[in-house]
Amino acid sequence: MNKLWLIIKREYLTRVTRKQFILTTLITPVAFAIFFAIVGFIFSYQSDAGSKVAVVDPGNILEKSLPDSRNFYFSFPDDSLAALKANMASSEYDGILYIPPIDNLSDTRFKLLYYSDKSLDLDRSEAMESLIAERVRDYKIGALKFDTKQLEALDVKVTIDPEPIFGKDDEANNPTTITSAIGAGIGAVMGIIMYMMVFLNGAMVMRSVMEEKMNRIVEVMISSVKPFQLMIGKVIGVGAVGMTQMLIWAILIPLFGLIVSLIFGTDMSSAPPGMTPNMGGAGMQPEDIEASLPMIMQEIGNLNWWLIIPLFFIFFLGGYLVYASLFAAVGSAIGDDLGESNSLTLPITIPVILAFYIMFVAIRSPNSSLAVWASIFPLFSPIVMPARLAFNPPAWQIILSLLFLAGAVIFFVWISGRIYRVGILMYGKKASFKELWKWVRYSN
Amino acid sequence: MAPILEGKNVVKRYGQYVAVDRISFAVPQGSIFGLLGPNGAGKTSLIRIITGITGADEGEIWFEGKPITNRHPERIGYMPEERGLYKKMKVGEQLIYLARLKGMTEAAAKAALKHWLDKFEIGHWWNKKIDELSKGMSQKIQFIATVIHEPALLILDEPFSGLDPINANMIEREIHQMKQNGTSIIFSTHRMEQVETICDHLMLVNQGENILWGEVAEIKNRFKPNQFEVQFRGELSAELMAKVELQILNPGHLMFKAESEQEANRILRVILDSGLMISSMHEILPSINDIFIQSVEADLSQISA
Repeated sequence: MNKLWLIIKREYLTRVTRKQFILTTLITPVAFAIFFAIVGFIFSYQSDAGSKVAVVDPGNILEKSLPDSRNFYFSFPDDSLAALKANMASSEYDGILYIPPIDNLSDTRFKLLYYSDKSLDLDRSEAMESLIAERVRDYKIGALKFDTKQLEALDVKVTIDPEPIFGKDDEANNPTTITSAIGAGIGAVMGIIMYMMVFLNGAMVMRSVMEEKMNRIVEVMISSVKPFQLMIGKVIGVGAVGMTQMLIWAILIPLFGLIVSLIFGTDMSSAPPGMTPNMGGAGMQPEDIEASLPMIMQEIGNLNWWLIIPLFFIFFLGGYLVYASLFAAVGSAIGDDLGESNSLTLPITIPVILAFYIMFVAIRSPNSSLAVWASIFPLFSPIVMPARLAFNPPAWQIILSLLFLAGAVIFFVWISGRIYRVGILMYGKKASFKELWKWVRYSN
Repeated sequence: MAPILEGKNVVKRYGQYVAVDRISFAVPQGSIFGLLGPNGAGKTSLIRIITGITGADEGEIWFEGKPITNRHPERIGYMPEERGLYKKMKVGEQLIYLARLKGMTEAAAKAALKHWLDKFEIGHWWNKKIDELSKGMSQKIQFIATVIHEPALLILDEPFSGLDPINANMIEREIHQMKQNGTSIIFSTHRMEQVETICDHLMLVNQGENILWGEVAEIKNRFKPNQFEVQFRGELSAELMAKVELQILNPGHLMFKAESEQEANRILRVILDSGLMISSMHEILPSINDIFIQSVEADLSQISA
């Protein structure tokens, strides 16, 4: 045990004290923050040039008032359209907006004319259209003598609120549509983190095993400790490095994000919908999100974090142990020829990538049979199950998944250890799967 | 004294291939034991069993009178043929790490390391990374890594391969020094001339089998051709040539065979009586190289027969 601890300590310390580790750990959040600041800036960028627009409104639809907005400055001169056009060059106006009187109130199309020699870009044209559309609506309501209250009553928003039939009907157990949107968001984030951790750290373990083998330090090492101790020590040490990095990022990314948004005054939430992971909430307008923010916060609070967080770590641990030990086994078998590595790593990377795609199905329909079975199958479950956790999967599925994962950890760590102990001492032999299987069966 | 290390019918197979085939041997306490054999004879496989890197399929290894256990790596120092260190680690860090894996405490490891670095006058290397060192320098570090925990048994696999003469000399000196301090040393090599100058015991391995083992002096004696070489001045007479069987090597050198020392003395007396002036006489002893080739060839013919 004492030796295992020494190995873990070395694997951990040599990595976290490396300049490269410190730099990536610190620079990544900064890069993220700067990236989001730039994205936020780009999307909040508005045409900076102000335009003075003369509005000609013979039907008096706008009642001589249109608030200045988005760099449009509207005025209502008394001159006629023809006079304005004639004096355009000498006037202060950039353009003339002609609003024809409305003859037929039931016409749903309404065409305005904009006279100018400066082109009107799409963004600004749309802005002007929506401004006028609202006013035309008000005008029509008045002209048709509608009751505004009655009209508002027509505006029905339909939502489906899922209610459990069995089980307690309290706040925590009462899912709403927003729950599934949030569940999807959290699920996706968890799944992606899991995917990255398993892949990056697994690859790190593999590289490190290959390095030790090629350095030939491995023979010195295993004359002092068991090969299995060396392998598992490395797996745990590298895993701890990954956890450390995650933890630092979990603190620094939001912190730097906050700092950047304070400095540049860009609001992170103004990033376009595609940039924020709200898969389930696609189609929601930013205003809607803002309006439902308290509800979202409440829903997030309602999630059973005391269960989700420990389970996330358990699944991470299980998935990491399975894949990292397999990567270690492959690293031990590869040796001097990097070109060989592809044919051996492929069978490991394929399940990880499959699990990653299944995860996206799982967050859209978390109770589909694909999602359920993938979250129980141990090569997929570490990535798929965390993505389902926010949707309150039945306890039996979680327990079954954990049992299978525990079995898989024992099996794959064992089999990897068998391959590793032979592989690290084999040089110049091309390792096929048949060869690996032979190694597993060597007695000791 | 009981041998420090004993092998009893040790067998190691890799699939169909038998790397070590029923090898028995004993390494006497405080000896320098040469493990000889051509490349691929099974030396490294045997060493890996002794160091506990792999297990034997059959047979037993006894260390200090007890079957070998997990604790024993701490009493053994092993320098593999293919040397290796963590390139990115600093000299001090690395050696303390390796020493601690051999069961030393941090304080003891530091003290021992200081002693060794001072001894080789390389105390200022403490904070150097291995990849900043030259090959010769890192060989010194490798040697320290092998001996820092004062092993009772030191195993050196081809210790001189790739060494510059200065480092080779240094290691040879250290080997003798450690032997004097009571360390037993297994010295594996395929270079025979090294065995003659360094080892007092040897074992010859070929194709996984132990074909010869014992004390170096005794083995040389066993393999001697019973030939004596004589350096002389004067003329060889036909009368003398008729009395004893002599072989002329070149002018002034002759050789004769004698089954015993008494017989050698008798022949010498005959030569002296003939009036030749003898300037020297000595028994021709086989080199380990000769014994090695002879034994391997005998072993081969036995297999093919």
